[in-house]
Amino acid sequence: MKTNPIERLINGIIKENPTFVLTLGMCPTLAVTTSAINGVGMGLSTTVVLMFSNMVISALRNIIPDRARIPGYIVVIASLVTIVQFLLEGYVPSVYSALGLYIPLIVVNCIILGRAEAFAAKNNPINSFFDGLGMGFGFTIALTLIGAFREILGAGQIFGMQVMPASYEPITIFILAPGAFFVLACLIAAQNKIRNKKIEKGLPVHPSAGCGDCASCGNHACGTRFFNLDADQKKEN
Amino acid sequence: MKELLLIAIGSALVNNVVLSQFLGLCPFLGVSKKIETAGGMGVAVIFVITIASAVTNLIYTFILVPTGLEYLDTIVFILVIAALVQFVELVLKKSMPSLYEALGVYLPLITTNCAVLGVALTNVQNGYGFAASVINGIGISVGFTIAIVILAGIRERNEHNNIPESFKGMPITLVTAGLMAIAFFGFSGII
Repeated sequence: MKTNPIERLINGIIKENPTFVLTLGMCPTLAVTTSAINGVGMGLSTTVVLMFSNMVISALRNIIPDRARIPGYIVVIASLVTIVQFLLEGYVPSVYSALGLYIPLIVVNCIILGRAEAFAAKNNPINSFFDGLGMGFGFTIALTLIGAFREILGAGQIFGMQVMPASYEPITIFILAPGAFFVLACLIAAQNKIRNKKIEKGLPVHPSAGCGDCASCGNHACGTRFFNLDADQKKEN
Repeated sequence: MKELLLIAIGSALVNNVVLSQFLGLCPFLGVSKKIETAGGMGVAVIFVITIASAVTNLIYTFILVPTGLEYLDTIVFILVIAALVQFVELVLKKSMPSLYEALGVYLPLITTNCAVLGVALTNVQNGYGFAASVINGIGISVGFTIAIVILAGIRERNEHNNIPESFKGMPITLVTAGLMAIAFFGFSGII
């Protein structure tokens, strides 16, 4: 398929949704989805970082030497994360304090380094920008859905508004840490079910599956060594 | 001394790094199939996090604060940690080959372990001094090791159980982790 901005948007939101299809970036997904509004905050912060990191890395793709690319990407991403952190602290302090430590930890989110390596390093800045936008929206939608689900079950509310009748006894565990593991377990089980059906029918399935497997994470970008010493050794041999 | 002990117990058990903070989930779920490998990963994490919290604390106190560049902590820490892990790997390879043999495979995986960056940033946020930072680092990494070894033990037994088709693999591991997280809630009354 031809790569254009619209196709990239749809790809990120539906076809390669980072959470539901690729299962990338699970640390923040579990940690911040205690309510829908936190999901939106985290999703949008990540989207901003992802859009601009993709654009900058794509613009610099012919300048950064191949061997030093991972440190280069990390510097770009970390600078953007710091900017986003200050903007949040200044303009939406409530979201900033709710997300806390997870804002600076966007730096080590697999999605960002993964997209830099898999897409931005090979495509032009405009397409890369829209790829980041699509992926970011896909991530935001997923986080909001999971957050809303946990908030309804765990507190009977959505975006802070009471939606369940007063007789509903909230299952508090869903907004606590263990609930995050259970929700994700059901999500991946549902995904496995769909995959198994597809395999039975002989349809093509997405190669990557399974959170926690670092090797499957964004074209191995996350597992790559910081300085590529192995490449040097191979040359010496 | 009492404060340091409280920090250590708090970070190892009460606020367990994986089960209540969700940091370092990647290796927690990825390298927990066997007790042996989980133990190896745990020792490597203790080693790296302890060194990293000492180094980042020194850099923060003696370089970033005097120059007024505290806001660059995220960038500096991630670069220092990534370089440090490879440096440790090189030193181990040359000077302690036997330890390198044991830990070597796990070291590169730790670079992207968000627990390492998480520890460095929490130390700064809580305003810990040098001793407190190192103790906090040890506590957090010991907590990680406890959690990953227990999970590996349960997973080894789960192998022989009859699990529904779609829950095989990652989902059942997550359910196990969730139950462990409930168990760890029991520690919240300690301090």
